[in-house]
Order: sequence, then C-alpha cells, then structure tokens
Amino acid sequence: MDVLIKNIHLINPEQNLDTVTDLLIENGVIKRIGKIENINNVETLEFSNAYCVPGFFDMHVHFREPGYEQAETLLTGANSAAEGGFTGVAVMPNTSLAIDNGDLVNSVLAKTKSHLVDVLPIGAVTVGRKGEHLAPMAEMAEEGAVAFSDDGTAVKTAKLLRYALEYSGMLNKIIIEHCEDESLAGGAMNEGKISTELGLPPVPAIAEELTIARDIVVAEYTNSPIHIAHISTKKSVELVRHAKEKGLKITAEATPHHFTLTENALKSYDTNYKMNPPLRTEEDKLAIIAGLKDGTIDVIASDHAPHAVEDKEVEFTFAPNGIIGLETELGLTLTELYHKKILTLEEIIYKLSVNPRKILRLPLPRIEIGEKANLTIFDADKLWTVDKNKFKSKSRNTPFDKKLLTGKALAVINNNQLHIID
Amino acid sequence: MKIKATVIDPVGLQRTITRLAHEILEKNRGAKNLVLIGIRTRGEFLAKRLKEKISEIENIDLPFGALDATLYRDDFRTRLKQPEISVTDIKFDISEKDIILIDDVLYTGRTVRAALDALMDLGRPNSIQLCVLVDRGHRQLPIKADYVGKNIPTSINEEIKVKLKEVDEEDAVYLVDNS
Amino acid sequence: MSLSTKHLLGLQNLPREDIELILDTATTFREILDRPIKKVPTLTGTTVVNLFFENSTRTRISFELAQKRLSADTVNFSTASSSTKKGETFKDTVRNIEAMKIDIIVVRHQSAGVPTFLTRISNASIINAGDGFHEHPTQALLDFYSMKEKLGNIEGKKVCIVGDIAHSRVALSNIYGLLSLGAKVSVCGPPTMLPRSIENLGVKVYYDINSAIKENDILNVLRIQLERDAGNAIPSLREYHKYFGITKERLDKYNKDILILHPGPINRGVELTSEVADGEYQIILDQVTNGVAVRMAVLYLLGTLPS
Repeated sequence: MDVLIKNIHLINPEQNLDTVTDLLIENGVIKRIGKIENINNVETLEFSNAYCVPGFFDMHVHFREPGYEQAETLLTGANSAAEGGFTGVAVMPNTSLAIDNGDLVNSVLAKTKSHLVDVLPIGAVTVGRKGEHLAPMAEMAEEGAVAFSDDGTAVKTAKLLRYALEYSGMLNKIIIEHCEDESLAGGAMNEGKISTELGLPPVPAIAEELTIARDIVVAEYTNSPIHIAHISTKKSVELVRHAKEKGLKITAEATPHHFTLTENALKSYDTNYKMNPPLRTEEDKLAIIAGLKDGTIDVIASDHAPHAVEDKEVEFTFAPNGIIGLETELGLTLTELYHKKILTLEEIIYKLSVNPRKILRLPLPRIEIGEKANLTIFDADKLWTVDKNKFKSKSRNTPFDKKLLTGKALAVINNNQLHIID
Repeated sequence: MKIKATVIDPVGLQRTITRLAHEILEKNRGAKNLVLIGIRTRGEFLAKRLKEKISEIENIDLPFGALDATLYRDDFRTRLKQPEISVTDIKFDISEKDIILIDDVLYTGRTVRAALDALMDLGRPNSIQLCVLVDRGHRQLPIKADYVGKNIPTSINEEIKVKLKEVDEEDAVYLVDNS
Repeated sequence: MSLSTKHLLGLQNLPREDIELILDTATTFREILDRPIKKVPTLTGTTVVNLFFENSTRTRISFELAQKRLSADTVNFSTASSSTKKGETFKDTVRNIEAMKIDIIVVRHQSAGVPTFLTRISNASIINAGDGFHEHPTQALLDFYSMKEKLGNIEGKKVCIVGDIAHSRVALSNIYGLLSLGAKVSVCGPPTMLPRSIENLGVKVYYDINSAIKENDILNVLRIQLERDAGNAIPSLREYHKYFGITKERLDKYNKDILILHPGPINRGVELTSEVADGEYQIILDQVTNGVAVRMAVLYLLGTLPS
C-alpha cells in the first residue's frame, strides 16, 4: 500500500510531534515526512482539518467468537474497530469456549492475522473462567496472549488472584480485573433512588468497590501490576487514586458510557442501558470525569459487548449486559471530554493510544521515517449523527443511536492496509 | 349556538308536566302499580316533578329512581368524546311493575333503546311506557313515546335544549341552530 | 372526562385527576355488582388478552370477571417465563397474539418494566397487572377505593405500608398514588426489607410497629413473600411476627380506630393473626369486591377511549 497524505496535522505527544505537513507511506512503511509533491501512481489523500496520530487501541472488547457468532465475529468486530478509528484491540476471553489455552489463543490470532486491525487475545486467568484452577498462562503467553482476565467476573478468590498475579508476573503479563463481589452481584441496575423507583433488582456500588479494594491489597502484597477494567463509581476512583499515590502499579480504564450516561436513563426500561458495571449516579459520572482528568484513569476502553437483537430486545431483567461501543467511542470521547475542555487532544491520544499499549507492554507506534505506519486520522470537529444501521459491527445494541456527536475517525492505516471511513 | 325560538316557557313547562301527569294517571287508571324512572340527567328531574305532581293529584307517593344508560350505548367507538357515566340509583325491585320511563328529548331513539336494555337487566317489569318532554323526530329505531309534552319538528342542524332549574338555573325549552 | 393516557402502567406519573376519575367511575361499576344481572354490554366487541407470565390466580380472576361483566371478549394466556428457556421470545409471543387483533393487553410479569416494553412493541392499550417489584396499579387503586369507601376521603389521612417493601409491587403503587391524593405515607418493616433511599420518595420510615399503629389511620399490610428473597432478609417468620406482626392486642392497645388492608393472600400468623384477618378492623374482602369494580372502571375508561 502506497499513499501520500497531504497537508495533515501530525501529533504524537510521545515524540513531541505536532506539525502540519505531508506524509508518504510506501509499502505500509513511513517513507517521507515533509513537503511532498504529488507522485504518479500513488494515491493522494487530502483531508481538511484532520489529525493523524498513532493508531488508537481499545484494550477491552468482546468479539463473541467462538460461541455467539450471531452477535459478532472476529472479522465483524475487527471491521467495527477499524470503522471506529482503531488499529488494535485486545479481545476478552469470555467467549464460549473461553480462551483458556494456547490453541484457542492461536486461533484468534490466526483468524485475524491478515486484518488491518491487530486483534490481540487476552487469555482467561482460570480454566473455563470458573475460578477453580489457573489456566495455562505460560503457554497462552507464548502463543501471543497479551494479558489475562476472567472478565465478566473477578478472579474468584483472593488466593487465586494472588497466584495469578505472581505467575503472570513471571511472564511479564498483567491481570485485568472485572471488579464485582459475587455475593452482592446479580442486580439489573445501580442500587439507589432510581432502582427503588423502578423496582428493578439492584446491585450496590460496593460490589465493585470491595473487589477493587481486595485487588489493590493483593497486588500490593505481590508487588504486581494490575489493571482495573471499566471503573464506574466515585469510591472506585478514590481507591485507585489512593493506590497510585502510594506508588502501586495500579492502572484503570473507564468506558464512554460511564462518563456520558447516568442511571436516570434506565427510566425507559430500554435494555440498551443495561450494562455491567451498571450506569451510576451523576456524582459517580463526575468522579469518573475527574479521574480521567487527573490521570487516575489511564485508559478509555469501550467494553464493546455485542448482543443479537433477539437476545437484547427482551424483558429487562432477562436481557444480557452490555452495549457495543467501538464505533461511537471516539465521537463520545471528543464530544464529552475534548469539546467540553476536560482533556486536551494530547491527553486523549494517551488514553486511546499510548497508555493501553504501555499497560499491555506493546510496542508504541511512532510517526517516523522507517517506522511501520500504524495511524488513525480523525476530524475532531466533524458533526455527525450516529446511525446504528450503518455500523460495521454485526450487532445494534447501542443507546447512542441518533445522537449527534462532534468528532469522527476518517481513516486508519495499519499492517500495510488503508481503510477510509464512510 | 344560536337560539332560534323559545319552545316552552316556565309557565308552559308547569302546564305540560301537569298534563303529562294526568295522561299517565288516565291511561293507567290511577297510579297503583306505577314506578317512575328518569334517564339521567334531565329525565331524572322531570321524573321527580311528575312524582310530585302525581302525589298532588292522587295523594300517592310513587317509587322513583334514576337510570344511567351510558354503559348500554352503542356509539362508544364513533364518538369524539368519552361520555361521562354516573350511578344508576333504583332502590326498589322493578319486577312486575308498570314503569314510566322519562327523558327530556326523544330524538334518534338510541338512548331509549339503551335504557330499555338497562332496565331489562334490572328485572322483568310488567310494562314500560315512555314519557318525553319533547319529541323532535328523526327516529332511527322503531321507538314511539306514550306521552309527549310537545312535538317539535326539527331539522338535523337544529337541536332542542331543555333547561331545568335543578341543574340550569332556569326552566325553558329552546330550539337552537347548530349549523 | 377521559384519562390522559392510553395505558395504565403505574401510578408514578399518573395525574391525580386520572386517579380520581378511575375511583369515581368505579362507583358506577360497584353498583352494578349488586344487581341481579351483574353485566353491562359496554365493551361488546372489545378483545382483551390477559397475558400472565407469572402465577396470580386472584388478580387474573378479578380482571377476567371485570372483563366479562363489561361483555368484552376475553382470552387468557398464562405461562411461566424464564430467561433461560429458549424458544419463542417474549416479543414474538406478544406480536403473535396482537396479530389476532387485540384491543387491550393486561400483563403480569416477574420482570419490572415489561408493561413499558409492551407499549413499544404493541399498539394495544396496556394495563399493568404487576411487574416485578415495580408497580401493581389496579391493586393500589382498589386499596384507595376501599379506603375512601370506609373513611370518605384520603387527603390528609395517614397511611402506613407494613412489611417487605423491597420485594413488593403493591408498595410502590400505593406510595405514588397516596402521595398524589394528598395522604401522608409511611412504611414500616425491618431495614433489610426496605429498599435503599425509600425516604427519597417522600415517605416516613418506622421500625417500630407499635408506633406505626399508634400514629396512622390506615395500615396496608403486605404479604411476606416467602418464595422471594425474604428468606435472607429476616431471621425467621417467628421473629418477624413477634416484632412486626399485626395482632388484635396491638390494635386494641394502640389504635382502636385503625383500618387494616391486606392485598392477599394472607399468611395467617405471619403478617396478621387470624383474629385480625377476620376481625373488626379489616376490610380485606371488601377490597376483593372493589377490585372487580375498579378493574371494570379501568377497562371501561381505556376500552372506550375515542381513537
């Protein structure tokens, strides 16, 4: 793939790069940066008002293959990621079968190796995610697993978590925790005033906070890094902030829906507002935003959770948790955080590109001559209306349909491929 | 709404009630087995006045009740407004009685049809006789009044408005134009 | 006067005028229930489906009688629903039934919000006959009708709802409706049976049943739902009865003028003693009779709405 991109605003805070110029990519590799005349037989792209940054990476997605291919496959998921402006994703292992051995890790990589988007498997911590025995983490790491998680639930016991942290430390891989106390779990929405009004079975914020507290204590004891997935409450943010202040190797992510929506949305009983962790209060939402701003929360990740219409359009308490997010993530981040002046563009690039790769110990793409082109091009000011029927994802379970957003990806380049977004 | 004519004035209304009372007594040869049932709302007050008049003439206190036939109507689906309903208040058994059913205006006959059905659900009367203050014509059902205060031929665009002191602060019957 | 809504989903956002219209209209139907022929032809040609995804013989019979007494055509669909049972989805079930030309759907379901969900997938008028721990509006309306019948007016009256509020659909409907009608509302039960932030709804909280009896005009006593999560929320039924049970001694001692309501079915010896359940303070069977009249009123008002 050869392409000449004219008059583009290159930004990479890791390189102190911030300049408007031309960029020539030959055979997927950055060939020249600077003023370049059009070249015969090379496609020329010119965007008005566009940024070009190291490709975005979403470290928390669910692609449902194997097991629920009617909701998403590795291919449709990767297409959805590219459409949303991502050049890499880490897929959670809670498929059916769970990704809990080397062969399954390998099959995820094999099925996606020719794609523009790097689809990197996260292996299960325990066999079948059952919380009984450690899964073969060394074998999975060797086959290409980038981290381990029993996502969907926390690692069941403190003892198993301790072993998982110690063992994965040997492999230089991290544990990603979905923090939720099992005995308090199982509700359909956040416990509080609204759950009382709606009569829906509630799950209290402490279900999340208790497990975060446990995980921090265990990780401190084993001196291990641990990554807290989708934090959603004020207290959770405080716990992570406090741990960071103590110098612990705790990192955390938040989803666009948790910094955009609150439990008030549940009043419609629309199952597209049912997720786990649930939408919380306005106070929690503001704490998430504050945590993103002060760096307590390192990463924005979608928790992209596709569900087939027939599974999601059911009675509220029967509906599965989760929404798809890859194709609205950048728009929501720019609308809610950049345009509302919470985060700068550089901070957003950290949270969507640099930090997730750093946490997973992946190489950072650089915009430099001789480097492989791994880039996202986006217009931070483009107004567009979400239309779920145009999603590349196989699923449609989004609460953001018809929402007007400011900021959209225009193109992605990776693995010697270019994808121009509609 | 435009009043075209006063059809019955207060004095005329009194005279009409008196005449109707006499006709009812004459035809039934007294008041022995009679009960009076007025169709809500204005039929109820007319019935009450007839009861008083008959009591004056015959010195007899007739059983008296109010019937709400709304639930028996046939026009729920075609109307633009939901009709108000009120309670039927008939505290006696109507079986084997001669019922004088009283309403203010007889028009299409549909209200009377509903009232007849409602009465049948309350028991098996010996007879039902219909008494109306005004018959304005345009019947859509084979129903005929036994006692009529006044026959007033009307056009479809016209309407008869009966005013009674009990609810309207005056006694009168007007012919009004709705066109 | 017509209702401001095509559906009866709950009392939370139902205007006071609508509640009053239903209660006034119910008076008409209450009279019909005392006639030799307890039937009027009003809803002839109207088709009502009772969609019951959860067992509730009493509520279903009450609705069915109300429908028959209005001469509506009534069909019953009862099934136990579950999230795990695969097969036809709820949505398909509803669409199939509606394709048979249905005017009104009366729905009971264990999942809160199902009536709201139905309004999105069906064109029929929806009547909520109980959804999860959310609302059961006709039960609350018949409670109000019975209170009014006994005490004349609800405005200013003090009403306490006693028992497992967290696992009740009757409690929320009572709270919303009573507050709207101007009553002073409280709840009484062990804290484990009160949902979080219940005070936010504008109700007072009692943990002492004697004070609740002393300070209220009416107690609406809820069934302790043994089949639900109540098992973990109280140490034992014996202890519940000892500290929250309504006994004749308590009523005699603390408030001889109190009125006791219970939505049934009663667990005798748990929330009420038999002496109370059959005694002079209660109006439990009046509630049942009034339930038919109130449901007739709701069906009439929704079934004859001009389209």
